[in-house]
Amino acid sequence: MNKIPNRQVICDVLMENAKNDKDIVVLCSDSRGSASLTPFFKEFPEQSVEVGIAEQDLVGIAAGLASCGKKPYAASPACFLSTRSYEQCKVDCAYSNTNVKLIGISGGVSYGALGMSHHSAQDIAAMSAIPNMRVYLPSDRHQTRHLTEALLKDEKCAYIRVGRNPVEDIYEEGNCPFEMDKATWLREGTDVALIACGEMVRPANEAAKLLEAKGISATVLDMYCVKPLDKDAVVRAAQNAKVVVTVEEHAPFGGLGSMVAQVVGAECPRKVINMTLPDAPVITGTSPEVFKYYGLDAEGIAATVEKAL
Amino acid sequence: MNYKAMSFDLRKDCVDIIMAGAGGHIGGDMSLMDVLVTLYFKEMNISPENMNDPDRDRFVLSKGHSMEAYYAVLCAKGFLELEDVKKNFSQFGSKYIGHPNNKLPGIEMNSGSLGHGLPVCVGMALAGKMDKKDYRVYTVMGDGELAEGSVWEAAMSATQYGLDNLCAVVDRNRLQISGCTEDVMHQDSQEERWAAFGWNVISVDGHDYDALEKAFEAARNCKGKPTMIIANTIKGYGSEVMENKAPWHHHVPSAEEYEQIIADFAKRKEAAL
Repeated sequence: MNKIPNRQVICDVLMENAKNDKDIVVLCSDSRGSASLTPFFKEFPEQSVEVGIAEQDLVGIAAGLASCGKKPYAASPACFLSTRSYEQCKVDCAYSNTNVKLIGISGGVSYGALGMSHHSAQDIAAMSAIPNMRVYLPSDRHQTRHLTEALLKDEKCAYIRVGRNPVEDIYEEGNCPFEMDKATWLREGTDVALIACGEMVRPANEAAKLLEAKGISATVLDMYCVKPLDKDAVVRAAQNAKVVVTVEEHAPFGGLGSMVAQVVGAECPRKVINMTLPDAPVITGTSPEVFKYYGLDAEGIAATVEKAL
Repeated sequence: MNYKAMSFDLRKDCVDIIMAGAGGHIGGDMSLMDVLVTLYFKEMNISPENMNDPDRDRFVLSKGHSMEAYYAVLCAKGFLELEDVKKNFSQFGSKYIGHPNNKLPGIEMNSGSLGHGLPVCVGMALAGKMDKKDYRVYTVMGDGELAEGSVWEAAMSATQYGLDNLCAVVDRNRLQISGCTEDVMHQDSQEERWAAFGWNVISVDGHDYDALEKAFEAARNCKGKPTMIIANTIKGYGSEVMENKAPWHHHVPSAEEYEQIIADFAKRKEAAL
């Protein structure tokens, strides 16, 4: 079982690069521990900015730093970053076109029993609706590494959501196919297209194995790039399937499922089923408990596919 | 150069832009003008020649709705062409919109949502400290804007990091769209509030060029903490038609009012010469 959460990989990559790039700056809102960024703050105090519990200030300061040539990474719990500082993300980052990377940590229902205030089940919808904002949900630590390295090379703003807990590997070190803004094909099948992002990729892939045992052939797409959505991959996957099933740790509206349905509806109409969290405060529990309850685990996904076919 | 006299010419340019676009925030434009002229013509190291120089001073118009005054100053400074602005302001497809647009030369950041300028300027000033650069960072906020919580988040971080390269100005004209600032949301003493947050605070007549120049000089000489200049101003300054009248927050003058305003500007300019 992998013990390294995706957030720690982000810190590792930033530390590796910060040695030779003094413009890399990390900002936290009393969130350095939650973000696994304490080592960065210790090793690079001159490139670290603590703003206290002030998410609007966090993003505004990051934008100001970026306008002067810095490469800021603003890390804060996804629930606060995507809502409390939403206007700063919209105006100071996206509209002013500043190179701010917004790291939403402990995303989705990572905080479990802490309740709806701490869940970010609307961040994909909110961030994707902002022109010039990109939205990424990496699935495992290996992909997180590739994504973070790729983001260091560009100068546009982006929102990256990662979960709190370690997730089991999907890829292997040295064997993690990655192309920026292109979905990763985990398998290709002919009955159903499973399109997932973030922590839902692994159960989607496991579901495909369960379905295979029952003679059902599934495509599995790791759509870590929710915006810009890899439309070509969506169309190709849908064209080869009878049903499209999306899986995401997000509210039913405006997330990956909505975006996939838009593309499939316009380009190659198929039945599209969106598997999501409910339009309600989620039930109290750990992430695995919550996922299982709403059918967002391998068994639940497989059952939904079987019913749909 | 008699900047006080020049300011009435720029006020006319500003009103002409508003008339051409049939919209704008005239009251705050007029109160802000002397601060802007002081910044752009006396204080800041920024011009069309050095606008991409990493060592240039930075300015963010946090009260972005005073864009027409900013247009007039950017035109006078050579960043933009006045006739082009007048012809296109607020027109379909125009880049000359009612708030700062950083696709235009000389404009660092977009604004329009209030309470954004100070946090952004804290970031700019921090970058200057990190890179050991001597540039200074300036922003102007409205007094009504000070009700935004994000202003006070940035007020804290600016002192936390000892940003003596940051100078903020409040255009304290005491009116906002709904009426008197003290009635909408009372402010007591802004001087005491900013001082309590650890800022160096200077209170001046925001239409007095000597006082403004000295205030910015004092800000430059203050070490270890940021400076807040409370510029006490008159909304609609320049013509009795609009001075201290809340409805002139975004009123577009009638033809008759326009004639009177322009005549008043001419008289004030004459008096300043």
